[in-house]
Amino acid sequence: MNNDVNSRVQGEAAQNPLRRLGTGHRVDTSESITFTFDGKTYTGCAGDTLASALLANGVRRVGRSFKLHRPRGLLSAGREEPNALVQLEGEGFGEPNARATLVPLYKGLKARGQNAWPSVERDMLGVLGLFQRLFPASFYYKSLMWPSWHFYEGLVRRLAGLGKVPRAADAQQYHKRNLHCEVLIVGGGAAGLAAALAAGAGGLRVVLMDDQEELGGSLLGENRVIGGSSSTAWIAQAVAKLRAQEGVTLLPRTSVIGYYEHNFLVGVERVCNHLGPGADLQQPRERLWRVRAKQVVLATGAIERPLVFADNDRPGIMLASAVQTYLNRYGVAAGRRVVLVTNNDSVYRVALDLHDLGVTVVAVVDSRRDPVGPYQQAVRDRQIPLLTGRMVRQVRGRRQVRAVRLAAHLGGGQLGESRESLACDVVAMSGGWTPSIHLYSQAGGSLDFNEHSACFVPASCAQAVRVAGAANGEFQLQGCLAEGYRSGAAAARAAGAGANVEPSAPSCDDWPQTPLEPYWYTGNAATEKQWLDFQYDVKVSDIELARRENFISVEHVKRYTTNGMSVDQGKTSNVNALAVMAALSGRKIPAVGTTRFRPPYHPATIGTFVGRDLGESYAPRLELPAHSWHLAQGAWMEDMGWQRPQCYLRAGEDFEAAVRREAVAVRRSVGMFDGSPLGKIEVKGPDAARFLNRIYINNAVSLKVNAGRYGLMCNENGVVIDDGVFVRLADDHFMVHTTSGGATRIHRWLEEWLQCEWLDLQVLVNNVTTQWANVTVSGPNARQVLQALDSDIDFDAAAFPHMQFRSGTVNGVEARILRASFTGEASYEISVPARYGLALWEAVYAAGETFDITPYGVESLMVLRTEKGYLHVGADTDGTTNPLDLGWGVPIGKKQDDFIGRRSLARANDTRKDRLQFVGIEAVDPRLPLPVGGHVVSCASPAVPAPTQGYLTSACLSPALEKSIGLGLVSRGRERLGEQVYIYADGNTTAAKIVSPTHFDAKGERLNG
Amino acid sequence: MMQIECPWCGRRDEEEFTCGGEAHIQRPPDPQQNSDAEWAAYLFDRINPKGVHLERWCHTYGCRQWFNVARHTVNHNILAVYRMGAAVPADSVGVAVDEVSA
Repeated sequence: MNNDVNSRVQGEAAQNPLRRLGTGHRVDTSESITFTFDGKTYTGCAGDTLASALLANGVRRVGRSFKLHRPRGLLSAGREEPNALVQLEGEGFGEPNARATLVPLYKGLKARGQNAWPSVERDMLGVLGLFQRLFPASFYYKSLMWPSWHFYEGLVRRLAGLGKVPRAADAQQYHKRNLHCEVLIVGGGAAGLAAALAAGAGGLRVVLMDDQEELGGSLLGENRVIGGSSSTAWIAQAVAKLRAQEGVTLLPRTSVIGYYEHNFLVGVERVCNHLGPGADLQQPRERLWRVRAKQVVLATGAIERPLVFADNDRPGIMLASAVQTYLNRYGVAAGRRVVLVTNNDSVYRVALDLHDLGVTVVAVVDSRRDPVGPYQQAVRDRQIPLLTGRMVRQVRGRRQVRAVRLAAHLGGGQLGESRESLACDVVAMSGGWTPSIHLYSQAGGSLDFNEHSACFVPASCAQAVRVAGAANGEFQLQGCLAEGYRSGAAAARAAGAGANVEPSAPSCDDWPQTPLEPYWYTGNAATEKQWLDFQYDVKVSDIELARRENFISVEHVKRYTTNGMSVDQGKTSNVNALAVMAALSGRKIPAVGTTRFRPPYHPATIGTFVGRDLGESYAPRLELPAHSWHLAQGAWMEDMGWQRPQCYLRAGEDFEAAVRREAVAVRRSVGMFDGSPLGKIEVKGPDAARFLNRIYINNAVSLKVNAGRYGLMCNENGVVIDDGVFVRLADDHFMVHTTSGGATRIHRWLEEWLQCEWLDLQVLVNNVTTQWANVTVSGPNARQVLQALDSDIDFDAAAFPHMQFRSGTVNGVEARILRASFTGEASYEISVPARYGLALWEAVYAAGETFDITPYGVESLMVLRTEKGYLHVGADTDGTTNPLDLGWGVPIGKKQDDFIGRRSLARANDTRKDRLQFVGIEAVDPRLPLPVGGHVVSCASPAVPAPTQGYLTSACLSPALEKSIGLGLVSRGRERLGEQVYIYADGNTTAAKIVSPTHFDAKGERLNG
Repeated sequence: MMQIECPWCGRRDEEEFTCGGEAHIQRPPDPQQNSDAEWAAYLFDRINPKGVHLERWCHTYGCRQWFNVARHTVNHNILAVYRMGAAVPADSVGVAVDEVSA
């Protein structure tokens, strides 16, 4: 039979570049699929990945390396692939950095190689590889310092890089789902399926997530015997049984990427991403699973390690497990003449599989001096040359491997005299196995170093988690099955299942193994040619450089050399790099330790995390009660938490003209403003006054019923956090007005003090902001408008003066009216229950018609309050501004009692003379607008960077004064009134003068109208 | 993401809560009598134990009530949840003191 296959393969190879073998594989050769890579059209079959299809078409170079643009071929067949990163599709279906090994082939698939121009085959930048000595670790930091890194950044970003972010909006949606289960099993290989079979028998909610297209894990690439039948048959039986089992959910194509506190795990399911542009657009592209599991079984398998020798990155040098998977799962021979190189027994089965399917196995090269066991015997039985005590000294072939020259291995990575030269087109290597303990480590699990297998294995974890199979350092199939069953049953019992019978693992065709002997790197060969991290071009020489420069911590070496920092997060390189560090520093590997594993284990698209929180669904729109009226009158809306009119545009008017007209109208006659978002918090209880007295820097106890007082709130650091007028509604009842954006924050602030610090105070607080709609009427004719309304309140100026409050009815509706002003004009803030908001607005508008009442928006209000120098907390203050900076020293001095932040105001720093103080700024040329955010400097053309004396916080062209004015925070500002300064912004300066913040109506006479 | 047992609402995901930092920091009764150093200690000094940490949490997106939690900072196990003003549960105090001094 061997001869048959052999001659068939060779015959096919002669006429047909397709290296598809005729037997055993899991692709459907009857269904051919056309696709393009780098602009060329190829054909693959159903069941292929892009990688297996490229390999079947003889495409040997699939990418260029990140830094040096070295040609690279496939290294692996799975998620650890560092080289075959491709740019998939385009426009709304574009995806950068897709691993060709994980992309299932679909009709019309389009992919391009990355970091190459014009193509992977003819990359003009490949010349960089010739200068690799110029690009050691950290060369950016060392070489690109003059004049600055930014000078080079654009160039470097073009030279070194990965895929490109698609510019078009995503054509598909993403979803999120929550999932609760008793047992979550991560990984659907032998151990994971066994765990699911055992756990599923308990009748619990059991979920199995696996990141491959189909369940079976690494078994899909092997030819094994389980329970007397083929491993393929065992997988099929297991999956069928699980599908039929009630309570069991199988989620293939789902990568678990994060393991967080209290057994919360996150998985990303490729719902129809794998279908490309042919996907059903009604379906989400990907789905984020948020899983809360009582018990977790990690059966995440292991990843094979590359061997580290000179030029080990040449195309055609692959992981042995990948060669085996391409052969058995996809029916693709990676080459025609294969050399296997190893330091352990796992490649021997690969040699047998290749040989049995007629692929020429040139030799098995084993770095161990004299391994003796059934594997070695089986190879010898087939007359496959077995060369022990040897390692690869030299690789021939630049664009793809053509031959390897061997040398005697003297032990410890030292090579002796040269030996055989073997012509080959594939080198299948194995440096041992690294258990995938990333999720375990994220869960908080600690690791032990297993000397026997030279790898880190799980030790202990506080979370309810078990690890089974290769992830646990168990590399024999029998052991994987047994651990799987045991862990699954134990997890189910711990999650509350009854005492179900623990099924025993079926027997399989394991052979005893001869122990691995580490071969970490070649000690006496050029180390700048020995690759560790293929994706980021990190070599043994880079670790040596870091060592010479005295980097000792593994975390520092990682960042200095960038080993393990690319999108594969060092899946194939981390342990090799640790071992090199250990060897160079004379430490043992566990003493070097590992870098911290962080989510995500596998790259996830941003869209998955965004889900549906996008565009209109990002957040609910908060609309004012009179929203429809505002829109009908041409309101220019902006989202300020609420949808708020900035101004109302009339026909032929632009934004600036509208703002100016509205501001003028308020000063000349009367305007009306929708103040509904103003924060309103009721504070009630016998201790309400005492409480507010501690909250405000102002005196709250002395406030009389029906009176209002402007107040400032500080945090305990003495920094101003909010301001507003508070009103005493009754002896034990206050209304606290906050800034519109601060209502929720201040409500929480009050609650925190009451619940956590002053449990003895009898006070309740309630945020009633949305319960009350507010119309503010402001201007010299405001009182007449109020008097035109149907109300039981006496609006006579003497009966109802400024900073007084009255409650009563307006047009038959319960109303609360406060005379407070943010414009500097006489103002009435009328509040009614929110459902009457539109009716009140219309009633006021009708009552004001005689006075040509003008609705004004937030932007117009900002002009009016800037003219008056009224503070806007958060705009005119920053995270350092205290009440003394705002000129509140005298009122504070008069208050006897303590308040939050008072003690901080007595610190030396809080009373420094050169602090930034709140002042007015006036442009020398009244036509020149002042730039908000511009810095205060002393001369017209400062040599930047120059020390700043403060900055401009608000500005406007004042219609009332016909001046260009602003407000700002300026060092020693209050003692510098009248001084000329310059405002610097974007390279220009504007001459200005420091003045009092109250630009308009300094005496405040207009308030009393 | 942790699950926290709100004393009023029951067990909920961490994202419904906000953490207010270390618990049992008493505001000085008369701050004006404090030295700058004492006041700074109240404002800024916080323990950072590798072990049990007594901290206050608020069920912000639920009942808006504050309460105290004894949480192990290494494994995030929650040893106790107790109301504001209640004494520290004895079993978590023992662990906390041991861990802090260790």
